[in-house]
Amino acid sequence: MTAPLLVPELSLVVLVGASGSGKSTFARRHFRPTQVLSSDTCRGLVADDENDQSATPDAFDVLTYIAATRLRAGRLTVVDATNVKREDRATLVALARRHDVLPVAIVLDVPEQVCLDRNAGRPDRDMPPAVVRRQRADLRRGLRGLGREGFRKVHVLQTPEQVDAATIAYEKQYNDRRDDPGPFDVIGDVHGCLAELEDLLAALGYALDRDGTGRPVDAAHPDGRRALFLGDLVDRGPDSPGVLRLVMGMVAAGHALAVPGNHENKLVRALAGNPVTVSHGLGATLEQLAAETPEFRRAVQDFCHGLVSHYVLDGGRLVVAHAGLSERLQGRSSARVRSFALYGDTTGETDEYGLPVRYPWATEYRGAATVLYGHTPVPEPEWVNNTLCLDTGCVFGGRLTALRYPERELVSVPAHRTWYEPVRPLAAPAPTRPPGVLDVEDVLGKRVVETRLAGRVTVREENAAAAIEVMSRFAIAPERLLYLPPTMSPPGTSTLPGLLEHPAEAFAHYRDEGVEQLVCQEKHMGSRAVALVRRSGGGAVHTRTGRAFFDPATTAAVLARLAAAAGTAGLFDELGTDWLLLDAEVLPWSAKAAELVREQYAAVGAAARAALPAAVGVLEQAAARGLDVRPLLELQRERAADADAFTAAYRRYCWPTDGLAGLAVAPFQLLASEGATYADRPHDWHLALADRLADADPVLVRRTARLSVGVADVAAATAWWEGLTAAGGEGMVVKPAGNLTRGRRGVVQPGLKVRGPDYLRLIYGPGYARPANLDRLRDRNLGRKRSLAQREYALGLEGLERLARGEPLWRVHECVFAVLALESEPVDPRL
Amino acid sequence: MLVTLSTTHVPATDLGFLLHKNPARAQRMDLSTGTAHVFYPEATEQRCTAALLLEVDPIALVRGAPEGFSLGRYVNDRPYAASSLLAVALGKVFGSARRGVSKERPDLVDVPLPLEVHLPALSCRGGPELAERFFAPLGWQVAATAVPLDETVPDWGPSRYVDLRLTGRLRLADAINHLYVALPVLDDAKHYWVSTDEIDKLLRAGQGWLGGHPDRELITARYLAHQRSLTRAAIERLTDDEPVPGDTAGDTDGDTAGDTAGGPGPGAAAGHDAVDAAEATRPVPLAVRRHDAVLAELRAAGASRVVDLGAGAGALLPALLADPRFTEIVAVDVSARALETAARRLHVDRMPERQRARLTFLQSALTYTDARLRGYDAAVLMEVVEHVDPDRLPALEHAVFGSAAPATVVLTTPNAEHNVRYPGLAGGLRHRDHRFEWTRAELATWAAAVADRYGYAVRTAGIGDDDPAVGPPTQLAVFTREAR
Repeated sequence: MTAPLLVPELSLVVLVGASGSGKSTFARRHFRPTQVLSSDTCRGLVADDENDQSATPDAFDVLTYIAATRLRAGRLTVVDATNVKREDRATLVALARRHDVLPVAIVLDVPEQVCLDRNAGRPDRDMPPAVVRRQRADLRRGLRGLGREGFRKVHVLQTPEQVDAATIAYEKQYNDRRDDPGPFDVIGDVHGCLAELEDLLAALGYALDRDGTGRPVDAAHPDGRRALFLGDLVDRGPDSPGVLRLVMGMVAAGHALAVPGNHENKLVRALAGNPVTVSHGLGATLEQLAAETPEFRRAVQDFCHGLVSHYVLDGGRLVVAHAGLSERLQGRSSARVRSFALYGDTTGETDEYGLPVRYPWATEYRGAATVLYGHTPVPEPEWVNNTLCLDTGCVFGGRLTALRYPERELVSVPAHRTWYEPVRPLAAPAPTRPPGVLDVEDVLGKRVVETRLAGRVTVREENAAAAIEVMSRFAIAPERLLYLPPTMSPPGTSTLPGLLEHPAEAFAHYRDEGVEQLVCQEKHMGSRAVALVRRSGGGAVHTRTGRAFFDPATTAAVLARLAAAAGTAGLFDELGTDWLLLDAEVLPWSAKAAELVREQYAAVGAAARAALPAAVGVLEQAAARGLDVRPLLELQRERAADADAFTAAYRRYCWPTDGLAGLAVAPFQLLASEGATYADRPHDWHLALADRLADADPVLVRRTARLSVGVADVAAATAWWEGLTAAGGEGMVVKPAGNLTRGRRGVVQPGLKVRGPDYLRLIYGPGYARPANLDRLRDRNLGRKRSLAQREYALGLEGLERLARGEPLWRVHECVFAVLALESEPVDPRL
Repeated sequence: MLVTLSTTHVPATDLGFLLHKNPARAQRMDLSTGTAHVFYPEATEQRCTAALLLEVDPIALVRGAPEGFSLGRYVNDRPYAASSLLAVALGKVFGSARRGVSKERPDLVDVPLPLEVHLPALSCRGGPELAERFFAPLGWQVAATAVPLDETVPDWGPSRYVDLRLTGRLRLADAINHLYVALPVLDDAKHYWVSTDEIDKLLRAGQGWLGGHPDRELITARYLAHQRSLTRAAIERLTDDEPVPGDTAGDTDGDTAGDTAGGPGPGAAAGHDAVDAAEATRPVPLAVRRHDAVLAELRAAGASRVVDLGAGAGALLPALLADPRFTEIVAVDVSARALETAARRLHVDRMPERQRARLTFLQSALTYTDARLRGYDAAVLMEVVEHVDPDRLPALEHAVFGSAAPATVVLTTPNAEHNVRYPGLAGGLRHRDHRFEWTRAELATWAAAVADRYGYAVRTAGIGDDDPAVGPPTQLAVFTREAR
């Protein structure tokens, strides 16, 4: 049994061997078919003939493209081609480097006769023996140089037996510690500040262990927490060897992990005797180390040399690197990864202090993993797009800082003194991306948004393209646009005569989902509005597409009244917040939809009421003459009555307003406040809160009538609904009493609207309820609407939860934008 | 929808012979547009009235409508208001009468008869005045009253429907042809696709009266659904050797029909501003002077790679393409549709490859940063900033000056002080989508602050004739990035 061939989990495996050496068989045996890219297959793809040598350049274009795509996505890839020429291999090595993965060579160096025999046995292939001989000669010439060409591992199999016996074993990347969830105390740049490090470890709850001379050599946490050092342990400070001794002890004992900083990197080179410029405090470190034993210096050199550029931890949720790491480079291995991890992203320019200008990679960071890093001293650690710099300039007289992970609590201790004068003042770097800046990449193109409730929600490219126009031209500023309400589905279609919608179907839906207790809420016929109410005044009131609901003066007046009402009701104090995000309906309908009401509804009513009585009149005359027009006359009379009912229906929802006069706001749900969301609070809680607002300002704030019922009590709900609609109401919304509820098929519909028969005239037309029409309208497809409602609901809550967690604006905006984009999906607007 | 046709010719019942419909029976005919009913509410020697009632099925009307259809269209006036649907029914039901053919009363077809027409609900964009303008020159006495939108809400005013009564002494065939053309023209909409054979239909129905009608351009344009090429062809045929007049003011062409929702986008506005239209009568229109000024600045800056931010429908692109010094031209707009229009207008599909390679279209929004826009020589913001809400301007500033950061930014925007020179504006803004308009001092203050914040030098100037009191109509600001 020979040792398995070691292959890094993420690598580009290059098979090398003459035609007939058994590469394809080998690849088939050890790798999945999708992992293997064969030059033969690619020749076939581009030229319909796997043996058409003239197609080779095109075939390699295709092969390289696919390989690049796979590597970009972090997938192991195997190239099955002869690869006997150095220049062919160089292309592949360059490809691996470009994607920051390790190139591995597996050479099938089997005897020439084996290749010739196999080729002779393949009728589909006419491979002259001379070609095979030349390939073998090329291969043997390059064999010894493969390591120098850049292959990290080279495995050579020399006999068919070896080839048959070979097994592959995967090696984890050194930086892959995804199976280590912590908890960690992540510590920023120490720079030889041993005393402060001791302070910090004590503050974090570690017990120090000292050697005979009192020097700390280890520290352990009673709860098994581990320290995680972000590099730059040495230089500039008073006791670099002391810091090294402690950290090396902790790492050796399993009490700490460490990644290297640029200062360790330089120290290794200096200790190894390489020429380096002794600056930035290295001289002092070397002097301090000179006083130590040669064994200790050797141990330091080994320790620093063995440090891995960065770690990916906790299932991929945490990445640590001295200078940070862009998403594309996380978990990868290459010189570029190491360079970024040690020095960060630099622009190649230097600033007025002669220091390199750093590219603000964090402001563009969009990765899912939290990145913790140091390297650049900052006055205060500040989260930027889920990244945090923990270098608070201890050696420059600042503080030494740690972050408890996963708790995300900061712990820091002050420097005892300024140990080293900073070259440039320790101040915030030049303003980079202001916190509110959004990038088109956040929203354009096909987007997938991860939601807690519904998993991945996809936004199609064309919907995003439509939404960006609305968002950027008409919506209010993103920092005040925190939520867009989801669409709401009606229940299944009723089969009762004269009715399209009825409570029974809504109740049946929730019964099927296993929901037991429901709440019916009056559906106000106005326009949906979301109000961001700030205690200090200001905020926003916007529509379901993100437009400002009112002119600025009315907005300010409405918000002032709502803030006063919330203040009187004590909501700000009770919820510990300075703002509330309310879901509401604003009445009357005509306040926002005046133009639509006039142009569409009133116009149709006017035309109908002008035409139909005239038709009835002439038909009555004709009937009086004895003509047989009775059925036609009856029909016109019915239609005239329908037109009157239609007109009455829209008139009920229109009345004049003037500023605040005539306006009513009916809140029915608290969406969010500082650091909190409320989707899991029962609707009773939300409505009680809304009632308190109405009590505080009964003129502006309107109550929402409700009825709590069991899912079996359809009769009571029906009677209540009939009462509402007979009095001219639009209808009701049936919701699970407990609010956010999981049912048999995931999250259940947050609500179903059951609209009254008269209101539906505005949706389906004045005469929709006549039997001949109704039968045709019953055939309506709710599947798409339901699915859309569910996805939009999940996106809306996701955005609110991100907001509550204090995530960056783009993360919230992504969800809000996605809701708007989904709204451009084609769905029957009458649903 | 209903139309009645009466005569007091004696014997009045001859109307039945002329219409080929028996007054003693009610008849129904199934047409593609619905069911037509013809009956006579009165039929005496002294007075006879024929009624045509067209029943359309509102549900069938919207069946097969594309999904994503807006809600309002499911509730529409087509079943009630007289429109092209009724015109088609008239043509079918009274086809012989319209052609002036009668088997029983051939001698009566060419006799002007005392006629009355009543349309209780006629869709009429232009109100009673337009109905009057249409029918009065044809010899009708017109009694047209607007139907109120809602009598319980007098503030809403009149609807677009008119109760129309016509009386006159005309040939029956002429009367029917007048209605046949008038219904779609007054409604200004057609329920079917308009193609070239509509020209023949119009000319046939308009024979003998349309050529001499004072509003023949308006009638033709509306009948042909504002498709300019069709309208021109029809008018050429109507007028023989008379010169062809220009496009009828106020009408849109096929390209932009349907673009009205929400108003034109930033940049798209450039060619459509009310003010530009007013200026269009001057020797060099303001829009052209603006393009010239922008191009002069780009040349002076030595720019060869240029981004047109808010390019809209591509007003500036032909001029940029015409100058080979601009080797790379990127047209950016937030509206994908505007960019498609621009590409169509420039005939990008027929452009030679080298020319085409200079031009890129990018959908992007100026309130978002966009890495694709970095590293250009110059960016143009022509009549764009005033389409952005004031509280979004900092985002635009950051995206343009901080992120894209071209060496030169050429910006134009209206000079609000000059607005008093446009009496038609009545103190309003120049375009309904403008969120603000700046005075010269306001632009200077803003520009200086932006330049300072992002490391640019700025200079402002005017475009158009400098009015000593209120300055030129358009302002220009040129930002130049300072070396760091």
